[in-house]
Amino acid sequence: MSETRTIAVTVNGTRHETTVPVRVTLADFLRHRLGLTGTHLGCEHGACGACTILFDGLSARSCLMLAVQADGHEVLTVEGIAPDGKTLHPLQQAFHDNHGLQCGFCTPGILTTLIELLRDNPDPTEEDIRIGIAGNLCRCTGYHNIVVAALDAAKRLRQMT
Amino acid sequence: MKPPIFSYHDPRTTNDVVALLGSLDNAKLLAGGQSLMPMLNMRFVLPDHVIDLNRVDGLSFIREQNGAFEFGALEIGAMTRQRDIEFSDLVRQSCPLLHEAIAQVGHRQTRNRGTLGGSLCHLDPAAELVTVAAALDARLAVSGKNGRRSVDFSAFPVAYMTPALEPDELVTGATLPCWPAGHGYAFVEFSRRRGDFAIVSAAALIVEKNGKVTRASVTLGGLGAAPVRAHEVERALIGETIEEKRVREICEPLRKLDAIDDIHAPASYRQQLATVLARRALLKAYARIVAGAGS
Repeated sequence: MSETRTIAVTVNGTRHETTVPVRVTLADFLRHRLGLTGTHLGCEHGACGACTILFDGLSARSCLMLAVQADGHEVLTVEGIAPDGKTLHPLQQAFHDNHGLQCGFCTPGILTTLIELLRDNPDPTEEDIRIGIAGNLCRCTGYHNIVVAALDAAKRLRQMT
Repeated sequence: MKPPIFSYHDPRTTNDVVALLGSLDNAKLLAGGQSLMPMLNMRFVLPDHVIDLNRVDGLSFIREQNGAFEFGALEIGAMTRQRDIEFSDLVRQSCPLLHEAIAQVGHRQTRNRGTLGGSLCHLDPAAELVTVAAALDARLAVSGKNGRRSVDFSAFPVAYMTPALEPDELVTGATLPCWPAGHGYAFVEFSRRRGDFAIVSAAALIVEKNGKVTRASVTLGGLGAAPVRAHEVERALIGETIEEKRVREICEPLRKLDAIDDIHAPASYRQQLATVLARRALLKAYARIVAGAGS
């Protein structure tokens, strides 16, 4: 049998203490153990960006981390972005309003990536956005409305502060 | 895809890592995980033991090293995240070549996790940091059961993706000698998409006095198993005045360098890129000297 470890990890503000096989990736832990299936797995080798989460506030590919490495750390997934179950985060609302998604598969990774980007750079240029999401593959949109939505979200977030 | 079954170790000290490496068979060191984790997921590697370096103390730092080098040096811990190098004022001031190159390493999401030591030991022929280490004549600090030793980066790659390390050794940091104030630098690469590994990359460093080059470093990555220092070009540049026509002539022999032929590009294409990118890097490095002198 596979070796296991007990870990304590805070996901979207909730602390989970649980035992996991050491070889399980953080992405599979989030999806299978915690049922947080918003974190999508596209390539599982760090190329597509769909599984991007925030690890202690910094974007990371959850398919390239082991769940045991999250012991004692904080994870934010797409499920934790909105303030509550009824209200969308301004970034999510901007994606909704600007048709920033089609099939939606890449969206969780793009949203988490942009949460970090807009936090660190509240007034990004279009090029900043395009560079920022270069590690997220979208096969539907051609990125046009994703970029429009991100710029719109930046504007909305600036107006809120 | 799932990683294979392995035993997991998360030591807290370098000595513990060395002890584990000495006692375990078929062990792999896990640094930032941006290369090893994909290889585990795809089962390209099947280690019996994974030794995670992420909780080892004292391997993450960026500091000035005085003394041994004429213009000083930067010492960077092996587990220093690429993100921390990217945002370091010290790196930007003391080692601008590294600063320019690191923004071209992967993406924000991978630089947040990826480390300097991980990239140098993985030794992907197309990796930017490997090219920079060769360009700067980096020295690696290595710890093993027989103590500590220093390895010149030029002797570090021994074969394709194979570093000159004993099974019980790990790299703990790198010393990057600085170039004098006012030097010219440039890191340019060609990749199909932003954030991809470079097909070919070029790093150039030059020092100029009274309009003549007095010192030069020209390095090409992506041509073969290890970065290539273009020593003939470096020698040819000494005493020259940098201008496009002359640099074009000096870089022309790079077309004869050995280059690999693979799915990404034929050898002739890499040789063309080497010739063009070295020229562009040199001209960009020189333009920076001119701009610096004018300010």
